[in-house]
Amino acid sequence: MSHLEFDVIWRTWPYVLGGLQYTVQLTLVATAGGILFGTLLAMLRLSSNPVLASVAAGYVNFMRAVPLLLVIFWFYFLMPVIAQWVTGAERPPSIGAQHSAYITFVLFEAAFFCEIMRAGIQSIPRGQPQAAMALGMSYGQVMRFVVLPQALRNMLPVLLTQTIILFQDVSLVSLLNVTDFVGAASKIAQRDSRIVEMYLFVAVVYFLMCTGLSRLVRWLQARVAIPR
Amino acid sequence: MNPDIFFELAIDGESPWWRMLLDGLQFTLGVALWAWLLAMSLGALIGVVRTLPRPWLARCGDAWVELFRNVPLIVQFFVWYFVLPGLFLPLKVWVTALDPTQHQFITSILCLGLFTSARIAEQVKAGLQALPTSQRSAGLALGLTEWQTYRYVRLPMAFRIIIPPLTSDTMSLIKNTSVAYSIGLTELFFRTREMGELTFRYFEAFAAATVVYIVISMLANRVMAALERHVRVPGYIGGGR
Repeated sequence: MSHLEFDVIWRTWPYVLGGLQYTVQLTLVATAGGILFGTLLAMLRLSSNPVLASVAAGYVNFMRAVPLLLVIFWFYFLMPVIAQWVTGAERPPSIGAQHSAYITFVLFEAAFFCEIMRAGIQSIPRGQPQAAMALGMSYGQVMRFVVLPQALRNMLPVLLTQTIILFQDVSLVSLLNVTDFVGAASKIAQRDSRIVEMYLFVAVVYFLMCTGLSRLVRWLQARVAIPR
Repeated sequence: MNPDIFFELAIDGESPWWRMLLDGLQFTLGVALWAWLLAMSLGALIGVVRTLPRPWLARCGDAWVELFRNVPLIVQFFVWYFVLPGLFLPLKVWVTALDPTQHQFITSILCLGLFTSARIAEQVKAGLQALPTSQRSAGLALGLTEWQTYRYVRLPMAFRIIIPPLTSDTMSLIKNTSVAYSIGLTELFFRTREMGELTFRYFEAFAAATVVYIVISMLANRVMAALERHVRVPGYIGGGR
Protein backbone atom coordinates (compact mmCIF):
# COMPACT_ATOMS: atom_id res chain seq x y z
CA MET A 1 0.00 0.00 0.00
CA SER A 2 3.03 2.25 -0.38
CA HIS A 3 3.35 5.52 -2.28
CA LEU A 4 -0.31 6.11 -2.98
CA GLU A 5 -1.08 9.77 -3.53
CA PHE A 6 -4.70 10.52 -4.00
CA ASP A 7 -4.20 14.28 -4.27
CA VAL A 8 -3.74 13.72 -8.03
CA ILE A 9 -7.53 13.41 -8.16
CA TRP A 10 -8.13 16.84 -6.65
CA ARG A 11 -5.45 18.46 -8.79
CA THR A 12 -6.90 17.16 -12.06
CA TRP A 13 -10.56 17.07 -11.05
CA PRO A 14 -11.88 19.69 -13.56
CA TYR A 15 -10.40 17.73 -16.48
CA VAL A 16 -11.79 14.41 -15.28
CA LEU A 17 -15.16 16.05 -14.57
CA GLY A 18 -15.20 17.22 -18.21
CA GLY A 19 -14.81 13.60 -19.23
CA LEU A 20 -17.63 12.55 -16.92
CA GLN A 21 -19.78 15.27 -18.45
CA TYR A 22 -19.16 13.85 -21.93
CA THR A 23 -20.06 10.36 -20.66
CA VAL A 24 -23.35 11.60 -19.19
CA GLN A 25 -24.16 13.64 -22.30
CA LEU A 26 -23.52 10.69 -24.62
CA THR A 27 -25.63 8.46 -22.35
CA LEU A 28 -28.58 10.87 -22.42
CA VAL A 29 -28.45 11.45 -26.18
CA ALA A 30 -28.10 7.73 -26.89
CA THR A 31 -30.98 6.90 -24.54
CA ALA A 32 -33.33 9.46 -26.09
CA GLY A 33 -32.32 8.63 -29.67
CA GLY A 34 -32.22 4.91 -28.95
CA ILE A 35 -35.72 4.82 -27.46
CA LEU A 36 -37.11 6.87 -30.37
CA PHE A 37 -35.45 4.81 -33.09
CA GLY A 38 -35.95 1.59 -31.11
CA THR A 39 -39.70 2.22 -30.85
CA LEU A 40 -39.89 2.74 -34.60
CA LEU A 41 -37.95 -0.50 -35.11
CA ALA A 42 -40.29 -2.33 -32.72
CA MET A 43 -43.32 -1.08 -34.67
CA LEU A 44 -41.67 -2.27 -37.90
CA ARG A 45 -40.90 -5.68 -36.36
CA LEU A 46 -44.53 -6.05 -35.35
CA SER A 47 -45.94 -4.72 -38.63
CA SER A 48 -47.93 -6.99 -40.90
CA ASN A 49 -45.61 -6.25 -43.82
CA PRO A 50 -43.22 -9.24 -43.88
CA VAL A 51 -40.45 -7.35 -45.72
CA LEU A 52 -40.35 -4.48 -43.21
CA ALA A 53 -40.60 -6.91 -40.29
CA SER A 54 -37.69 -9.03 -41.47
CA VAL A 55 -35.49 -6.04 -42.30
CA ALA A 56 -36.03 -4.68 -38.79
CA ALA A 57 -35.44 -8.14 -37.26
CA GLY A 58 -32.25 -8.55 -39.29
CA TYR A 59 -30.94 -5.17 -38.11
CA VAL A 60 -31.68 -5.96 -34.47
CA ASN A 61 -30.16 -9.45 -34.60
CA PHE A 62 -27.03 -8.18 -36.33
CA MET A 63 -26.42 -5.44 -33.78
CA ARG A 64 -26.94 -7.90 -30.94
CA ALA A 65 -24.55 -10.49 -32.40
CA VAL A 66 -21.53 -8.21 -32.88
CA PRO A 67 -19.35 -6.96 -29.99
CA LEU A 68 -19.96 -3.29 -29.19
CA LEU A 69 -16.25 -2.58 -29.51
CA LEU A 70 -16.33 -3.79 -33.11
CA VAL A 71 -19.43 -1.69 -33.84
CA ILE A 72 -17.75 1.42 -32.39
CA PHE A 73 -14.75 0.95 -34.69
CA TRP A 74 -16.91 0.10 -37.71
CA PHE A 75 -18.82 3.36 -37.38
CA TYR A 76 -15.64 5.29 -36.80
CA PHE A 77 -14.23 4.05 -40.13
CA LEU A 78 -17.45 4.07 -42.11
CA MET A 79 -18.95 7.39 -41.14
CA PRO A 80 -16.49 9.58 -43.08
CA VAL A 81 -16.96 7.35 -46.14
CA ILE A 82 -20.75 7.56 -45.88
CA ALA A 83 -20.60 11.32 -45.28
CA GLN A 84 -18.49 11.68 -48.41
CA TRP A 85 -20.96 9.61 -50.41
CA VAL A 86 -23.94 11.58 -49.14
CA THR A 87 -22.46 15.05 -49.60
CA GLY A 88 -20.51 14.20 -52.74
CA ALA A 89 -17.36 15.76 -51.33
CA GLU A 90 -14.02 15.13 -52.96
CA ARG A 91 -12.39 13.53 -49.94
CA PRO A 92 -13.89 11.96 -46.82
CA PRO A 93 -14.49 14.63 -44.15
CA SER A 94 -12.77 13.96 -40.85
CA ILE A 95 -15.33 13.15 -38.19
CA GLY A 96 -13.82 12.93 -34.74
CA ALA A 97 -14.45 9.81 -32.71
CA GLN A 98 -16.17 11.87 -30.03
CA HIS A 99 -18.79 12.93 -32.61
CA SER A 100 -19.21 9.62 -34.39
CA ALA A 101 -19.82 7.98 -30.99
CA TYR A 102 -23.19 9.74 -30.73
CA ILE A 103 -24.47 8.15 -33.93
CA THR A 104 -22.87 4.80 -33.07
CA PHE A 105 -24.57 4.58 -29.68
CA VAL A 106 -27.97 5.74 -30.91
CA LEU A 107 -27.96 3.12 -33.67
CA PHE A 108 -26.50 0.35 -31.50
CA GLU A 109 -28.71 0.91 -28.47
CA ALA A 110 -31.80 1.20 -30.70
CA ALA A 111 -31.54 -2.56 -31.26
CA PHE A 112 -31.72 -3.19 -27.51
CA PHE A 113 -34.43 -0.60 -26.85
CA CYS A 114 -36.38 -2.12 -29.77
CA GLU A 115 -36.59 -5.48 -28.00
CA ILE A 116 -37.73 -3.80 -24.77
CA MET A 117 -40.39 -1.74 -26.56
CA ARG A 118 -41.53 -4.79 -28.51
CA ALA A 119 -42.12 -6.63 -25.23
CA GLY A 120 -43.93 -3.53 -23.95
CA ILE A 121 -46.19 -3.28 -26.98
CA GLN A 122 -46.95 -6.99 -26.84
CA SER A 123 -47.86 -6.70 -23.16
CA ILE A 124 -50.93 -4.59 -24.06
CA PRO A 125 -54.05 -6.78 -24.32
CA ARG A 126 -55.15 -7.16 -27.96
CA GLY A 127 -58.64 -5.94 -27.12
CA GLN A 128 -57.37 -2.41 -26.50
CA PRO A 129 -56.05 -1.58 -30.00
CA GLN A 130 -59.04 -3.41 -31.47
CA ALA A 131 -61.43 -1.30 -29.42
CA ALA A 132 -59.56 1.85 -30.44
CA MET A 133 -59.76 0.84 -34.11
CA ALA A 134 -63.50 0.18 -33.69
CA LEU A 135 -63.84 3.73 -32.36
CA GLY A 136 -62.44 4.94 -35.68
CA MET A 137 -58.85 5.71 -34.66
CA SER A 138 -56.13 5.43 -37.27
CA TYR A 139 -53.04 3.21 -36.72
CA GLY A 140 -51.03 6.29 -35.70
CA GLN A 141 -53.66 7.36 -33.21
CA VAL A 142 -53.95 3.87 -31.71
CA MET A 143 -50.19 3.82 -31.15
CA ARG A 144 -49.96 7.42 -29.96
CA PHE A 145 -52.91 7.46 -27.56
CA VAL A 146 -53.46 3.86 -26.49
CA VAL A 147 -50.54 1.48 -26.94
CA LEU A 148 -47.28 3.44 -26.59
CA PRO A 149 -48.12 5.39 -23.40
CA GLN A 150 -48.88 2.14 -21.59
CA ALA A 151 -45.97 0.29 -23.17
CA LEU A 152 -43.55 3.02 -22.07
CA ARG A 153 -44.97 3.04 -18.56
CA ASN A 154 -44.84 -0.75 -18.25
CA MET A 155 -41.28 -0.89 -19.53
CA LEU A 156 -39.91 2.17 -17.71
CA PRO A 157 -37.85 0.17 -15.16
CA VAL A 158 -36.36 -2.02 -17.91
CA LEU A 159 -35.62 1.01 -20.08
CA LEU A 160 -33.81 2.65 -17.16
CA THR A 161 -31.85 -0.51 -16.39
CA GLN A 162 -30.75 -0.55 -20.04
CA THR A 163 -29.72 3.09 -19.62
CA ILE A 164 -27.46 2.11 -16.70
CA ILE A 165 -25.86 -0.57 -18.90
CA LEU A 166 -25.46 2.03 -21.64
CA PHE A 167 -23.86 4.44 -19.17
CA GLN A 168 -21.25 1.76 -18.44
CA ASP A 169 -20.83 0.78 -22.11
CA VAL A 170 -19.92 4.35 -23.07
CA SER A 171 -16.56 3.73 -21.34
CA LEU A 172 -15.48 1.66 -24.37
CA VAL A 173 -15.07 4.82 -26.48
CA SER A 174 -11.95 5.53 -24.42
CA LEU A 175 -10.26 2.88 -26.61
CA LEU A 176 -10.74 5.25 -29.57
CA ASN A 177 -8.83 7.84 -27.57
CA VAL A 178 -11.98 9.80 -26.74
CA THR A 179 -11.86 11.80 -23.52
CA ASP A 180 -14.86 10.34 -21.75
CA PHE A 181 -14.68 9.67 -18.00
CA VAL A 182 -12.41 6.63 -18.37
CA GLY A 183 -10.47 8.28 -21.20
CA ALA A 184 -9.78 11.40 -19.11
CA ALA A 185 -8.70 9.31 -16.14
CA SER A 186 -6.42 7.17 -18.36
CA LYS A 187 -4.73 10.22 -19.81
CA ILE A 188 -4.02 11.63 -16.34
CA ALA A 189 -2.95 8.20 -15.11
CA GLN A 190 -0.36 7.88 -17.89
CA ARG A 191 0.84 11.49 -17.68
CA ASP A 192 1.33 11.56 -13.91
CA SER A 193 2.11 7.83 -13.46
CA ARG A 194 -0.80 7.56 -11.04
CA ILE A 195 -2.42 4.52 -12.64
CA VAL A 196 -3.49 2.77 -9.42
CA GLU A 197 -5.06 5.86 -7.87
CA MET A 198 -6.91 7.02 -11.00
CA TYR A 199 -8.39 3.66 -11.97
CA LEU A 200 -9.40 2.92 -8.39
CA PHE A 201 -11.12 6.32 -8.26
CA VAL A 202 -12.95 5.68 -11.55
CA ALA A 203 -14.14 2.28 -10.33
CA VAL A 204 -15.46 3.75 -7.07
CA VAL A 205 -17.27 6.63 -8.81
CA TYR A 206 -18.92 4.29 -11.32
CA PHE A 207 -19.90 1.90 -8.53
CA LEU A 208 -21.51 4.64 -6.45
CA MET A 209 -23.35 6.19 -9.41
CA CYS A 210 -24.64 2.91 -10.81
CA THR A 211 -25.64 1.55 -7.39
CA GLY A 212 -27.54 4.76 -6.69
CA LEU A 213 -29.26 4.66 -10.06
CA SER A 214 -30.30 1.03 -9.72
CA ARG A 215 -31.76 1.77 -6.25
CA LEU A 216 -33.74 4.55 -7.92
CA VAL A 217 -34.99 2.15 -10.58
CA ARG A 218 -36.15 -0.32 -7.92
CA TRP A 219 -38.03 2.45 -6.12
CA LEU A 220 -39.61 3.62 -9.40
CA GLN A 221 -40.60 0.08 -10.29
CA ALA A 222 -42.97 -0.05 -7.33
CA ARG A 223 -44.39 3.40 -8.07
CA VAL A 224 -45.06 3.34 -11.82
CA ALA A 225 -46.71 -0.07 -12.02
CA ILE A 226 -50.17 0.33 -13.58
CA PRO A 227 -52.69 -0.77 -10.93
CA ARG A 228 -54.92 -3.53 -12.25
CA MET B 1 -12.74 -5.21 -50.98
CA ASN B 2 -9.96 -7.56 -51.95
CA PRO B 3 -9.58 -10.84 -50.05
CA ASP B 4 -5.99 -11.38 -51.28
CA ILE B 5 -4.78 -9.34 -48.34
CA PHE B 6 -5.47 -12.28 -46.01
CA PHE B 7 -2.81 -14.30 -47.81
CA GLU B 8 -0.15 -11.62 -47.72
CA LEU B 9 2.57 -11.98 -45.13
CA ALA B 10 1.92 -10.27 -41.82
CA ILE B 11 4.32 -7.98 -40.04
CA ASP B 12 6.38 -10.81 -38.56
CA GLY B 13 7.26 -11.84 -42.14
CA GLU B 14 6.52 -15.50 -41.49
CA SER B 15 2.78 -16.12 -41.45
CA PRO B 16 -0.05 -14.67 -43.55
CA TRP B 17 -2.69 -12.41 -42.03
CA TRP B 18 -5.38 -15.12 -41.88
CA ARG B 19 -3.01 -17.07 -39.65
CA MET B 20 -2.57 -14.04 -37.36
CA LEU B 21 -6.33 -13.65 -37.05
CA LEU B 22 -6.66 -17.36 -36.32
CA ASP B 23 -4.05 -17.08 -33.55
CA GLY B 24 -6.13 -14.24 -32.12
CA LEU B 25 -9.25 -16.39 -32.33
CA GLN B 26 -7.51 -19.06 -30.25
CA PHE B 27 -7.05 -16.58 -27.42
CA THR B 28 -10.64 -15.40 -27.79
CA LEU B 29 -11.99 -18.94 -27.55
CA GLY B 30 -9.58 -19.92 -24.76
CA VAL B 31 -10.57 -16.94 -22.62
CA ALA B 32 -14.27 -17.46 -23.39
CA LEU B 33 -14.17 -21.16 -22.46
CA TRP B 34 -12.25 -20.85 -19.17
CA ALA B 35 -14.16 -17.72 -18.14
CA TRP B 36 -17.44 -19.54 -18.88
CA LEU B 37 -16.47 -22.47 -16.65
CA LEU B 38 -15.41 -20.08 -13.86
CA ALA B 39 -18.57 -17.98 -14.24
CA MET B 40 -20.87 -21.01 -14.23
CA SER B 41 -19.41 -22.60 -11.11
CA LEU B 42 -19.08 -19.35 -9.16
CA GLY B 43 -22.45 -18.11 -10.41
CA ALA B 44 -24.19 -21.31 -9.30
CA LEU B 45 -22.56 -21.10 -5.87
CA ILE B 46 -23.46 -17.44 -5.33
CA GLY B 47 -26.95 -17.92 -6.74
CA VAL B 48 -27.52 -20.68 -4.17
CA VAL B 49 -26.05 -18.60 -1.36
CA ARG B 50 -28.49 -15.79 -2.19
CA THR B 51 -31.48 -18.07 -1.64
CA LEU B 52 -30.28 -19.55 1.67
CA PRO B 53 -32.38 -18.85 4.75
CA ARG B 54 -29.41 -17.04 6.34
CA PRO B 55 -29.83 -13.29 5.80
CA TRP B 56 -26.18 -12.30 6.26
CA LEU B 57 -24.97 -14.90 3.76
CA ALA B 58 -27.64 -13.85 1.28
CA ARG B 59 -26.55 -10.24 1.72
CA CYS B 60 -22.93 -11.17 0.95
CA GLY B 61 -24.16 -12.79 -2.27
CA ASP B 62 -26.15 -9.66 -3.13
CA ALA B 63 -23.07 -7.49 -2.52
CA TRP B 64 -21.04 -9.68 -4.90
CA VAL B 65 -23.59 -9.19 -7.66
CA GLU B 66 -23.83 -5.43 -7.06
CA LEU B 67 -20.06 -5.07 -7.08
CA PHE B 68 -19.54 -6.73 -10.45
CA ARG B 69 -22.61 -5.28 -12.13
CA ASN B 70 -22.05 -1.65 -11.24
CA VAL B 71 -18.56 -1.10 -12.64
CA PRO B 72 -17.95 -1.02 -16.43
CA LEU B 73 -16.13 -4.07 -17.79
CA ILE B 74 -13.18 -2.08 -19.13
CA VAL B 75 -12.66 -0.50 -15.69
CA GLN B 76 -12.76 -3.96 -14.13
CA PHE B 77 -10.04 -5.03 -16.57
CA PHE B 78 -7.90 -2.07 -15.46
CA VAL B 79 -8.51 -2.86 -11.79
CA TRP B 80 -7.42 -6.50 -12.22
CA TYR B 81 -4.48 -5.65 -14.44
CA PHE B 82 -3.10 -2.42 -12.95
CA VAL B 83 -4.68 -1.63 -9.59
CA LEU B 84 -4.52 -4.94 -7.69
CA PRO B 85 -0.82 -5.63 -8.42
CA GLY B 86 -0.14 -1.98 -7.54
CA LEU B 87 -1.84 -2.37 -4.17
CA PHE B 88 -0.41 -5.73 -3.14
CA LEU B 89 3.32 -6.12 -3.44
CA PRO B 90 3.46 -9.97 -3.35
CA LEU B 91 0.97 -10.05 -6.24
CA LYS B 92 3.13 -7.61 -8.16
CA VAL B 93 6.21 -9.77 -7.63
CA TRP B 94 4.28 -12.80 -8.86
CA VAL B 95 2.84 -11.17 -12.02
CA THR B 96 6.10 -9.53 -13.08
CA ALA B 97 7.70 -12.97 -13.01
CA LEU B 98 5.03 -14.19 -15.44
CA ASP B 99 5.30 -14.03 -19.20
CA PRO B 100 3.29 -10.88 -20.23
CA THR B 101 0.95 -12.87 -22.46
CA GLN B 102 0.34 -15.32 -19.64
CA HIS B 103 -0.41 -12.44 -17.28
CA GLN B 104 -2.91 -10.94 -19.75
CA PHE B 105 -4.53 -14.32 -20.41
CA ILE B 106 -4.99 -15.15 -16.71
CA THR B 107 -6.23 -11.62 -15.94
CA SER B 108 -8.77 -11.80 -18.78
CA ILE B 109 -10.15 -15.15 -17.60
CA LEU B 110 -10.41 -13.98 -14.01
CA CYS B 111 -11.95 -10.63 -14.92
CA LEU B 112 -14.51 -11.96 -17.40
CA GLY B 113 -15.25 -15.00 -15.22
CA LEU B 114 -16.10 -12.93 -12.16
CA PHE B 115 -17.92 -10.26 -14.21
CA THR B 116 -20.11 -12.94 -15.80
CA SER B 117 -20.55 -14.88 -12.53
CA ALA B 118 -22.60 -11.96 -11.16
CA ARG B 119 -24.98 -12.27 -14.10
CA ILE B 120 -25.20 -16.05 -13.80
CA ALA B 121 -25.84 -15.74 -10.05
CA GLU B 122 -28.76 -13.45 -10.81
CA GLN B 123 -30.25 -16.03 -13.22
CA VAL B 124 -29.65 -18.96 -10.84
CA LYS B 125 -31.38 -17.08 -8.02
CA ALA B 126 -34.33 -16.26 -10.29
CA GLY B 127 -34.50 -19.90 -11.40
CA LEU B 128 -34.47 -21.20 -7.81
CA GLN B 129 -37.14 -18.70 -6.78
CA ALA B 130 -39.33 -19.72 -9.73
CA LEU B 131 -39.67 -23.23 -8.27
CA PRO B 132 -42.66 -23.92 -6.01
CA THR B 133 -41.55 -24.06 -2.35
CA SER B 134 -43.27 -27.44 -2.11
CA GLN B 135 -40.30 -28.95 -3.97
CA ARG B 136 -37.98 -28.07 -1.09
CA SER B 137 -40.56 -29.15 1.47
CA ALA B 138 -41.09 -32.47 -0.31
CA GLY B 139 -37.33 -33.01 -0.41
CA LEU B 140 -36.96 -32.27 3.28
CA ALA B 141 -39.94 -34.52 4.09
CA LEU B 142 -38.22 -37.37 2.26
CA GLY B 143 -35.27 -36.94 4.62
CA LEU B 144 -32.92 -35.00 2.34
CA THR B 145 -30.71 -32.41 3.96
CA GLU B 146 -30.96 -28.76 2.88
CA TRP B 147 -27.87 -29.23 0.70
CA GLN B 148 -29.29 -32.41 -0.84
CA THR B 149 -32.51 -30.60 -1.82
CA TYR B 150 -30.33 -28.19 -3.78
CA ARG B 151 -28.16 -30.88 -5.29
CA TYR B 152 -30.86 -33.37 -6.32
CA VAL B 153 -34.09 -31.39 -6.55
CA ARG B 154 -33.84 -27.64 -6.93
CA LEU B 155 -30.66 -26.93 -8.90
CA PRO B 156 -31.36 -29.50 -11.65
CA MET B 157 -34.78 -27.92 -12.21
CA ALA B 158 -33.58 -24.31 -11.85
CA PHE B 159 -30.81 -24.76 -14.41
CA ARG B 160 -33.27 -26.16 -16.95
CA ILE B 161 -35.57 -23.17 -16.45
CA ILE B 162 -32.81 -20.62 -16.98
CA ILE B 163 -31.16 -22.08 -20.10
CA PRO B 164 -32.55 -19.31 -22.38
CA PRO B 165 -31.14 -16.40 -20.32
CA LEU B 166 -27.92 -18.37 -19.79
CA THR B 167 -27.65 -18.60 -23.57
CA SER B 168 -27.71 -14.85 -23.96
CA ASP B 169 -25.21 -14.47 -21.09
CA THR B 170 -22.91 -16.93 -22.86
CA MET B 171 -23.16 -14.97 -26.09
CA SER B 172 -22.44 -11.74 -24.20
CA LEU B 173 -19.38 -13.38 -22.66
CA ILE B 174 -18.03 -14.28 -26.11
CA LYS B 175 -18.58 -10.72 -27.32
CA ASN B 176 -17.07 -9.28 -24.14
CA THR B 177 -13.76 -11.09 -24.72
CA SER B 178 -13.01 -8.30 -27.21
CA VAL B 179 -12.59 -5.90 -24.28
CA ALA B 180 -9.45 -7.87 -23.29
CA TYR B 181 -7.90 -5.83 -26.10
CA SER B 182 -7.75 -2.97 -23.56
CA ILE B 183 -5.03 -4.72 -21.55
CA GLY B 184 -3.20 -5.82 -24.70
CA LEU B 185 -4.18 -9.49 -24.96
CA THR B 186 -3.59 -10.48 -28.60
CA GLU B 187 -7.10 -11.85 -29.11
CA LEU B 188 -9.18 -11.57 -32.28
CA PHE B 189 -10.08 -7.89 -31.94
CA PHE B 190 -6.46 -6.94 -31.19
CA ARG B 191 -5.27 -8.79 -34.31
CA THR B 192 -8.05 -7.24 -36.39
CA ARG B 193 -7.08 -3.74 -35.35
CA GLU B 194 -3.40 -4.54 -35.89
CA MET B 195 -4.09 -5.80 -39.40
CA GLY B 196 -6.16 -2.71 -40.19
CA GLU B 197 -3.51 -0.36 -38.89
CA LEU B 198 -0.51 -2.01 -40.56
CA THR B 199 -2.08 -2.71 -43.96
CA PHE B 200 -4.67 0.12 -44.09
CA ARG B 201 -7.18 -2.57 -45.10
CA TYR B 202 -9.65 -1.84 -42.31
CA PHE B 203 -12.70 -3.00 -44.22
CA GLU B 204 -11.37 -6.46 -45.00
CA ALA B 205 -10.01 -6.95 -41.48
CA PHE B 206 -13.15 -5.79 -39.70
CA ALA B 207 -15.47 -7.63 -42.07
CA ALA B 208 -13.59 -10.88 -41.35
CA ALA B 209 -13.74 -10.32 -37.59
CA THR B 210 -17.45 -9.46 -37.73
CA VAL B 211 -18.23 -12.68 -39.60
CA VAL B 212 -16.15 -14.74 -37.15
CA TYR B 213 -17.82 -13.21 -34.08
CA ILE B 214 -21.27 -13.80 -35.54
CA VAL B 215 -20.41 -17.41 -36.40
CA ILE B 216 -19.11 -18.27 -32.92
CA SER B 217 -22.07 -16.56 -31.27
CA MET B 218 -24.44 -18.57 -33.46
CA LEU B 219 -22.58 -21.79 -32.72
CA ALA B 220 -22.81 -21.12 -28.98
CA ASN B 221 -26.51 -20.41 -29.45
CA ARG B 222 -27.05 -23.71 -31.31
CA VAL B 223 -25.11 -25.68 -28.69
CA MET B 224 -27.21 -24.21 -25.90
CA ALA B 225 -30.43 -24.90 -27.85
CA ALA B 226 -29.35 -28.52 -28.34
CA LEU B 227 -28.56 -28.75 -24.62
CA GLU B 228 -31.99 -27.35 -23.80
CA ARG B 229 -33.69 -30.03 -25.93
CA HIS B 230 -31.46 -32.76 -24.52
CA VAL B 231 -32.12 -32.07 -20.84
CA ARG B 232 -35.77 -31.07 -20.98
CA VAL B 233 -38.15 -32.67 -18.50
CA PRO B 234 -41.46 -33.86 -20.01
CA GLY B 235 -44.44 -32.08 -18.54
CA TYR B 236 -42.49 -28.94 -17.63
CA ILE B 237 -41.97 -25.59 -19.34
CA GLY B 238 -40.57 -26.30 -22.79
CA GLY B 239 -40.66 -29.99 -21.95
CA GLY B 240 -43.04 -30.78 -24.78
CA ARG B 241 -46.23 -32.74 -24.35
